[in-house]
Amino acid sequence: MVLHRYAAGWIGKGFALGASTRHTSPKLKNILRIGAGAGYSGDRVDPAVELAEKAELDYLVFECLAERTIALAQLRKLRDPEAGFDPLLEERMRAVLPITVHNGTCIVTNMGQANPLSAAQRTAQVAQELGLGGVRVVALIGDDVLEVVPKSSNTVLETDEPLKTYENTMISANAYLGAEQILRALKHDPDVVITGRVADPSLFLAPMIYEFGWPLKDYAQIGQGTVVGHLLECAGQLTGGYFADPVAKPVSGMANLGFPYAVVKPSGEATVTKLSEAGGAITLDTCKEQLLYEVGDPARYLTPDVAANFTSVKLERAGKDAVLVSGGSGSSRPDTLKVSVGFRDGFLGEGQISYAGPNASERAHLAAEVVIERLLSIHRLEPMEIRADYLGENAAFRGATKPSYPPAEVRLRLAAKTRTKEEAQLVGREVQALYTNGPAGGGGARSHVEEIIGVDSTLVDRSDICARTEVFESKGACRP
Amino acid sequence: MTARPLYEVAHSRAGDKGNSLNLSLIPFDEELYDALVEQVTAERVRLHFSGIVEGEVKRYCLPNVSALNFVLERSLAGGITRSLALDRHGKTLSYHLLSMLVRLPDRKR
Repeated sequence: MVLHRYAAGWIGKGFALGASTRHTSPKLKNILRIGAGAGYSGDRVDPAVELAEKAELDYLVFECLAERTIALAQLRKLRDPEAGFDPLLEERMRAVLPITVHNGTCIVTNMGQANPLSAAQRTAQVAQELGLGGVRVVALIGDDVLEVVPKSSNTVLETDEPLKTYENTMISANAYLGAEQILRALKHDPDVVITGRVADPSLFLAPMIYEFGWPLKDYAQIGQGTVVGHLLECAGQLTGGYFADPVAKPVSGMANLGFPYAVVKPSGEATVTKLSEAGGAITLDTCKEQLLYEVGDPARYLTPDVAANFTSVKLERAGKDAVLVSGGSGSSRPDTLKVSVGFRDGFLGEGQISYAGPNASERAHLAAEVVIERLLSIHRLEPMEIRADYLGENAAFRGATKPSYPPAEVRLRLAAKTRTKEEAQLVGREVQALYTNGPAGGGGARSHVEEIIGVDSTLVDRSDICARTEVFESKGACRP
Repeated sequence: MTARPLYEVAHSRAGDKGNSLNLSLIPFDEELYDALVEQVTAERVRLHFSGIVEGEVKRYCLPNVSALNFVLERSLAGGITRSLALDRHGKTLSYHLLSMLVRLPDRKR
């Protein structure tokens, strides 16, 4: 343990360096076992615990940061400077830290959301409360570019409007960092790495680069590693969870769905699999569905690390619930980094009510007419948008299919986007008022209001990013 | 040759990126890949999704894994954070693709 490995000498308040023996070893590994502990912020915790206990992992990765999550986290941080990280951070850490620290498994996660520093500090505190001394937690910061972006002359990718249009409404701007930046955190020989916005596959790729010594410019190699990361990043989506259809694609053990892990060779070739005792399945079909999930041009899947090529990927069955993944490749990484920009975009007001039996559809349509007329004519509401959906007829497909009549029941959903919260509340109030004012037989009314946080994208130059790490460590020398 | 809905022979998952929707299409039997390439064109998908897709439909072929990927531009009513739609991500729409009828050689799955 040497002090000069610490960036900026930051040790969290109340924590001291432990004189612990680290599990570091400069020699390269010849096999790497990386598990997926979460596929989104609210994901199940028990499958991660099971993986940590039984999969003999080198790394356990929790991917918890969808596009919009970080903007909402930024709002929480504005209200409380200590907040803005994943609400389940503490629960997850309490559940897995005693196991991962004991097994020498390193946790890598973007649960830092808008506040990786507080998340790292809190994690070190949790370790201490659990009696785990010398647990090193490294925060990676620098993705927050809210200072830089509004001054940029770049435009918003989705609308082609200049960024200054968003000047008064912008609440967050976070650049997607990549494996290159996560490597800096790994060099501290951490027990836990906590980031903010990073590209999802990079969370898995960085340990491969670090442990196998891959050059960052070996794009074929980085591309293959990115494929493996992409397969793992949504956890249960690979193990047959989101895949399952009891008629066309039955999967057993869904309530006990296991999360996946990969056994990676230095060549990047990997076997993705799950614990045999866990539910779910890993087959060529589950892997193909996940390989193409959220993919545009499969020959150029862009991350901060590489333009990965999925059109050369080879998937082969390698036993029960095991698929061998090879052949992924890639070309030069993009010059710029993508930035998610969060902005205030008004309020959503929503009301729902059900109609069933004879004339259910006709009564639901009449109810919508009544509410809309009252909102526009009597309340003089000027919504930015208003829509009625008829659940049970064709709401999810937005009218693309003809409803099969007569539906046994219909649930009316009225939604409006308004400028103020008070206007948004009117929608639910008017739907509730259908109870007495009719039409007949409406039941189960519910209403809901939320602030709309829009998210668009822009680009920044890599030189605009200043990524750095800060290290926290729980007090005490005793490592189990 | 019989007309059959895609869900009898293939599966699909939807994903979102901004205001674009992507849909994979994967035959259960890899030998049906060529027939799907022939039958399920970008134009047919655009027509099948009329009312939903407002931009171009692009099709990418992945013979390496016997799968197709469709990108439906401007299909999410402004994108998941802006849309008032019930299913903002368009996640349910994979099953709309699977309801498309295709004419395929008679062969059991």
